[in-house]
Amino acid sequence: MTEPGCSLLSCGPVDEDREWTMDDYASALARWCPGCGDHAVLTAVERVLETEQLPPEQTVFVSGIGCSSRFPHYLRTYGFHGIHGRALPVAMGVRLRRPDLHVFVVMGDGDCCSIGAGHWIHAMRYNPDLVALLLDNGVYGLTKNQTSPTSPKGKASNTQPRGALLPPLNPLSVALGVTNASFVAQTGDWLPAHLYATILAASRHRGFAFVRILQRCPQYTTELFEGAVRDPGLVELLVHPDGVTVPELDRIYKNQRPHDPADLDAARRLAEPEGKIRLGVFYRNESLPVYDETRRTPSRSAAEKLTLLNAELDRYAV
Amino acid sequence: MSTASPAPSRPPERTILRVPEHTVEVVSDSGEGAQKCAQIFGRVSARMGNGVWTVEIIPAEIQPPPRTPESASGNRIRIGTRPVTNWGDHANLVVAFNEQVLLHRHRLEALAKDAVILIEDMWATHDDPDIRRAWNDAMDELGQRAYRFIPVPMEQQCLTLIDNPRRGKNMFALGLLAWIYSRDLEKIKEQIAHEFRKKSPALYDTNVALLELGHRWAEEHLDFRIEVPAIASDRPMVVMNGNQALAFGAIASGMELCSMYPITPATSASHFLSDIFEKFGGVVHQAEDEIAAIGVALGASFAGKVAFTISSGPGIALKTEFIGLAVMVELPLVIVDVQRGGPSTGLPTKVEQGDLLAAIFGQPGDAPHVVLAPATMEECFLCITTARRIAEAFRCVVMVLSDANLATGVQPFPRPAVDEHWLAQPPDLAPVREGLRPYDWDPEMGTSRRVIPGQPAGMFTATGLSHDELSHVGYTPDVHERGCVMRSRKLAVFQQMLKPPPVHGDDAGDLLVVGWGSTLGAIEEAVDRAREEGLAVSSLHLRFLSPLEPGLKEIFGRFRKVMTVEINYSDDPDAPFITEENRRRGQLAWLLRASTLVDVDCWTRVPGEPLRPGKILEALRASMPQGVQS
Ligand SMILES: Cc1ncc(C[n+]2csc(CCOP(=O)(O)OP(=O)(O)O)c2C)c(N)n1
Ligand code: SF4
Ligand SMILES: [Mg+2]
Repeated sequence: MTEPGCSLLSCGPVDEDREWTMDDYASALARWCPGCGDHAVLTAVERVLETEQLPPEQTVFVSGIGCSSRFPHYLRTYGFHGIHGRALPVAMGVRLRRPDLHVFVVMGDGDCCSIGAGHWIHAMRYNPDLVALLLDNGVYGLTKNQTSPTSPKGKASNTQPRGALLPPLNPLSVALGVTNASFVAQTGDWLPAHLYATILAASRHRGFAFVRILQRCPQYTTELFEGAVRDPGLVELLVHPDGVTVPELDRIYKNQRPHDPADLDAARRLAEPEGKIRLGVFYRNESLPVYDETRRTPSRSAAEKLTLLNAELDRYAV
Repeated sequence: MSTASPAPSRPPERTILRVPEHTVEVVSDSGEGAQKCAQIFGRVSARMGNGVWTVEIIPAEIQPPPRTPESASGNRIRIGTRPVTNWGDHANLVVAFNEQVLLHRHRLEALAKDAVILIEDMWATHDDPDIRRAWNDAMDELGQRAYRFIPVPMEQQCLTLIDNPRRGKNMFALGLLAWIYSRDLEKIKEQIAHEFRKKSPALYDTNVALLELGHRWAEEHLDFRIEVPAIASDRPMVVMNGNQALAFGAIASGMELCSMYPITPATSASHFLSDIFEKFGGVVHQAEDEIAAIGVALGASFAGKVAFTISSGPGIALKTEFIGLAVMVELPLVIVDVQRGGPSTGLPTKVEQGDLLAAIFGQPGDAPHVVLAPATMEECFLCITTARRIAEAFRCVVMVLSDANLATGVQPFPRPAVDEHWLAQPPDLAPVREGLRPYDWDPEMGTSRRVIPGQPAGMFTATGLSHDELSHVGYTPDVHERGCVMRSRKLAVFQQMLKPPPVHGDDAGDLLVVGWGSTLGAIEEAVDRAREEGLAVSSLHLRFLSPLEPGLKEIFGRFRKVMTVEINYSDDPDAPFITEENRRRGQLAWLLRASTLVDVDCWTRVPGEPLRPGKILEALRASMPQGVQS
């Protein structure tokens, strides 16, 4: 049995002037639980692709393993659904040799902050030009409710049934602590407009755009963002012309704090939890070295390569 | 011990020893530069037309305590009038910078019984009584052999030119060797220029002065010279070590990405590549670990490039999960394993062939892929192009098993005639033809065409989950079994394209020795010597280990006994507790027994050094099937 959806048999001929709509990016019916925050992220991503008119064949979604990592299967772009924790190196490889492609990475909190944490830190530092979405539901969803590095202290799971033993790792402060980090933002799946605006800003960023998405898992961590979803008073939006501004939220979300994303010290302070959930762009800096740009090499014709090779071999000639 | 010959005052009567081959060792404390001296001697000998094979003598630490046996650092260089294919048995001439490093070689039985030893003699009269005592003790131990010692005042001589002879004795030593073996000083100077002129012209001048000093001293004091005539050939040759050859081969194959994490003895290939790869449009990516390294290579491969990753045992172990993924998504990927001694950190700088079974079977589930092993420096050069082509044609993983012996050994070989056809084609980004599925397996052959991001109408999601032709996830028995069959079948198709391996020696006989990888030269030399003794021995060397080359069972059937010779562990059949059943065998022996049902025996050793032909010969004599001993 296979999943329904895109059959390559049905893909039509290529049309240069074609305008892409959200439907063009949609593939198989998403199989997440009803009410899962991943659905909202998928929709927001499809909107961003439409807004940016990214040709599906020029767009690559790379993921690891987890509920969230099923993401590429539900899009009609190129996708690479790899192994747990290792999406970032694969994405780096794509980006390094194919600067013409738009690369997005989708990871879960176990994926990114636990098994793949080393890759995450180093990807932030390499700063390749791609978008990395962390779908953080504070739990291991796919493997059925184990404690994750971002599970709140005391949250019971199948591996820590008497409650998570440690305070959670804060992905924002980790990200903001990495040298050469160039874009760090946070948004929530229950605010589609903010989600869309943030992913859009990330996709326009030159460099590694890290977006932590607070993602509801009605299956295992229902309570996690419940308060904030019900009570906008528990949310604080970071606003700035260089960050994201979502005017339609103004009426309900009264806690708004101007924050210039150029200010790293302020970003680090704001990343520390202080009762409210802060959403917005914490930090953005486009003047940092971008690894794939730094490593770009001239493209050589076969004839040029052979001439160079023979010259090099001459140095080893007997 | 023969008494040290007194240094003669005027040019002595000279004997000229004309020999078909000679083996030299230069050993010093780590950091005194014996390696550089020996490397230049080896390269120049190759450039003068000799057959050459070198082996590094490497201490385990970067700066071990000086004047200890563990500090021994240097090279063995075997030169000949014929192509030299291995490091031989014993050194005939040694230049030793102190008696302790010499002891190290002596204790390893590395020196010929009548070896000539040029030794720095400052230690005999050193101010420090402990050093004098150590010298005397060492001389007593060494004196049990008939070595010929020639004391050389290296330190004293070098002090006439420089303040710190620790950094300069090596060029003096090179001067000695240059005189003894009549090496062309101009060619040596070119090599010195190659090494030092870029760094500083003054350094070059000093080194040349030291070289000439050593040369003069030898001329004035030594009573012998050695002549190893060159090979008469006008084929253009190149000389390099196996890692350089691999790196060259990668460029010649059109690879564009080498993704790696430093690990001995693989790293030097990436050092070499880092220097020149960008000129060719390539990149060496030093990843955060070996897992990331293969992930990056796989990503590049998904994006339409063929990439490779290079590592050694411990790093290959880390890559395991990604290897399985690469097999599952059927992306071309070349993985080079420059083997060292294992398990665990093992013997980082020493040779072993211990990764064969891990390379073939080390991945969970069924992960069919190609494993091949170069046997010479030349094959290190050529095998990357072969590997890349197979990887692309069959959308598969190809593992290349080199080892420390090939990686650091230097050998001249015919200059490869690099050709445009060796290079990878740029990815074809034309729209995908209607109806083509991402795994459009030919039902007979399991082969399919790769679809690459950027190709319109080709969009699909590659997945490590079990999948069908559309790359749609499916867990049903038919989907999973079909995928397994297709991934396996294409390797059977590939295997049918291989030729049966040639037999070295007679086509039939009493004993057939089977080897793989860097042991080729030592095995064939041992077999040739055995055949001269009248033993009916032949050998066969495998390049493809998975799938195995065809025709083996038939070839084996023509010999009374088949035995592998390998540098990996096996139980000695006569050891306590060891039985026919529980005996753990050499890795190739396991493989051949399983696939041919022939009772293949093995002779394997893990000495942390290349096998010596003389030792193999002893093993062959002892292994002749009963009743045919000549
Ligand atoms: C190497 C490896 N270890 C463990 C697993 C099992 N595993 C699959 S997904 C997962 C965790 C998923 O959690 P998360 O990354 O937070 O994603 P979510 O399902 O919550 O979206 C684990 C442990 C695996 N597939 N591979
Ligand atoms: S288990 Fe949780 S994260 Fe996974 S699909 Fe269901 S709701 Fe979403
Ligand atoms: Mg999770």
